[in-house]
Amino acid sequence: MAVTEKDIQESKRVYKEKYGFADPEQAIYKAPKGLDPERVIEISRMKNEPEWMLEFRLKSLEIFNKKPVPEWGADLSHIPFDDLSYFVRTTEKQGTTWEDVPDYIKDTFDKLGIPEAERKFLAGVSAQYESEVVYHSIQKDLEAKGVIFLSTEEGLEQHPELFRQYFGTVIPSADNKFAAMNGAFWSGGSFVYVPKGVQVTIPLQAYFRINAEQMGQFERTLIIVDEGAYVHYVEGCTAPVYSTDSFHSGVIEIIVKKNARCRYTTIQNWSTNVYNLVTQRSAVYEGGVMEWVDANLGSSITMKYPSVYLMEPGAKGDILSIAYAGDGQVLDAGGKAVHVAPNTSSKIISKSISQHGGRTSFRGLLKIYKGAESAKSAMRCDALILDSASRSDTYPTIEIEEEQVNLGHEAVVSRIGEDQLFYLMSRGLSESEAAGMIVSGFIEPIVKELPMEYAVEMNRLIQLQMDKAVG
Amino acid sequence: MATEQPFFQIDDLHVEIEENQILRGVDLSVKRGEIHAIMGPNGSGKSTLAHTLMGHPSYEATAGQVLYNGEDILERDPNDRAKLGIFLAFQYPLAIPGVSTLNFLRTSLKAVKQEEISAREFRRHLLDKMDMLKINREFAGRYLNDGFSGGEKKRMEILQMAVLEPQLAILDEIDSGLDIDAIRAVGEGISSIMHPDMSIVIITHYPRILHYVKPDYVHIMVDGEIRQSGGFELAEELEAKGYDVLLKEVMVASTQTQQA
Ligand SMILES: Nc1ncnc2c1ncn2[C@@H]1O[C@H](COP(=O)(O)OP(=O)(O)OP(=O)(O)O)[C@@H](O)[C@H]1O
Ligand SMILES: [Mg+2]
Repeated sequence: MAVTEKDIQESKRVYKEKYGFADPEQAIYKAPKGLDPERVIEISRMKNEPEWMLEFRLKSLEIFNKKPVPEWGADLSHIPFDDLSYFVRTTEKQGTTWEDVPDYIKDTFDKLGIPEAERKFLAGVSAQYESEVVYHSIQKDLEAKGVIFLSTEEGLEQHPELFRQYFGTVIPSADNKFAAMNGAFWSGGSFVYVPKGVQVTIPLQAYFRINAEQMGQFERTLIIVDEGAYVHYVEGCTAPVYSTDSFHSGVIEIIVKKNARCRYTTIQNWSTNVYNLVTQRSAVYEGGVMEWVDANLGSSITMKYPSVYLMEPGAKGDILSIAYAGDGQVLDAGGKAVHVAPNTSSKIISKSISQHGGRTSFRGLLKIYKGAESAKSAMRCDALILDSASRSDTYPTIEIEEEQVNLGHEAVVSRIGEDQLFYLMSRGLSESEAAGMIVSGFIEPIVKELPMEYAVEMNRLIQLQMDKAVG
Repeated sequence: MATEQPFFQIDDLHVEIEENQILRGVDLSVKRGEIHAIMGPNGSGKSTLAHTLMGHPSYEATAGQVLYNGEDILERDPNDRAKLGIFLAFQYPLAIPGVSTLNFLRTSLKAVKQEEISAREFRRHLLDKMDMLKINREFAGRYLNDGFSGGEKKRMEILQMAVLEPQLAILDEIDSGLDIDAIRAVGEGISSIMHPDMSIVIITHYPRILHYVKPDYVHIMVDGEIRQSGGFELAEELEAKGYDVLLKEVMVASTQTQQA
């Protein structure tokens, strides 16, 4: 069951062909490299922002400069901060039809299947290329019901009060170094508002594409789900394969009001030269439900722990994650649940797969404050290691100040068994088909939570990563 | 019949696991349509033989050959052997959580037959086989062997055999852990799947299953060798006397012949 260099090269070749192709760079503006405050002022000016936002950005940059690079997780000492360009603009105006989008960019999204998915099963689409959203759409009937789905810049421009009321409230720039970096350089992402009682029954999707070499992408998303409303937001992302590093650092803030429900699904498939350091957090109010479904398959290093802050009685948060780490990848993922109020409940469930020398780490944090009586929480992580070159670690942290709580915690690390492979091979499956079947069964409890189209996509992507050429 | 080439032949097979010699020269010759039973005490090497025939990577054949349709298959991967028409019912079937029996078997059938089969068509095919083997249809949607009882797993092995339609089935203790009614159901199931071109090697400790799957030959394996072969009556003799007595008689008989 040895891993061959051939297997690894094959999986890389397939990624390159399907997602890792590059367009020649045709940016109309690419910021000079580096983290100079001048760059921040320039971005703000180009976006015609109000003064308060420029101040927010500059303040964030200060915080970024003060905070050290975190050392408790993956090795971040090689991020080439000074070699990255922090803002790349490709078009003057954002399209609302695909015809408005420059041809070469439209071709890229065609190849990635976005317009097709939009026609088939989405309520709205936002497509970001480099630093900005180049296309977005929303179904007319949702718009008529008052649903807002815009790029973050448009959100700020068209709904300044609503925007300012919530922006930076769930994740302040002081939260961590990379949230601060996003605060300084944020560009693109979505602004979503779902009015009271409105159910958006089919998903809204955002797609993030990095094309340029050595760039930093800083999507900033703000989602507000008003009382009793529902929305499912899905994000996907890919990038070309380069020998130099790129950088993605998103900040996603979500407010789930009384009895509302939000599901946020990520299918992260960056090329393995992208650092992916994302802060995602949701504040959930009385009886509200937040569900993070977080699948991380790509990137060189990912550090990402979607979190739920359960602020009022009856709030509930589920964090389901899948991580796959192959050759040269470090996937450090998991989730955080913070219980502030009584009768709140949370679930953190993680499934990770490591192969070809890849490394996965699960980090789970559960915090129950005094007064969060009868809080309930379950944390579970299952790691599957496919070969002896690969590795998986778990780092659960549990801090509890309240006595009346109900907790469960379980961690299982397993190696794919020779006998399991033999059993399936004796039924005609090749070794890689057998391993693929075991892995798809392993992630099934999470995949079955996805809408059918994404479940199919998810399984396909995993098989593709696992050296199995898909026809 | 006597002149016909055996379609499956094991010659002087020696097998090691982690450098422990387990099989020490096994010979067996099976013609099309024949049923051979292998019996023998615990630890004598029966499952080792079964795993080796299917190609388990931990079992190393250090000498001898295994001919299937005249070709030595010892170098072939297990999936190739499955495609050639060899099937092993496991003494301890493994669970594959998250994969439904239906999906698993469809993938398996496609791999073995190397042809496409539509989901709808396969479903019908599977449900027919389940009805024939009196297996509750609900098992089609359950994850393969996950949380199944010992007996249920054994019946799933027979279902897999029914779907894959092998030429040579090796059944390793398909009857152990089954209640009396289940033995009958499994036994009758096997005989309904059996056809004149199919051969079976059935490993068992008890003659009961052999009343349904009537062997042409019975072999007794001891210490990694086949020590004694005979007809169905050997199984019954064994049940009456036990290995100790039977093998002593064999020893005495063979010393006598040597002396004579
Ligand atoms: N990995 C191993 N290393 C060393 N010895 C092994 C290993 N696996 C099996 N054996 C030994 O090989 C011998 C034969 O085992 P095998 O499973 O083939 O017996 P069996 O005849 O099928 O027994 P049973 O009737 O109990 O199923 C046993 O003594 C067993 O302990
Ligand atoms: Mg055995």
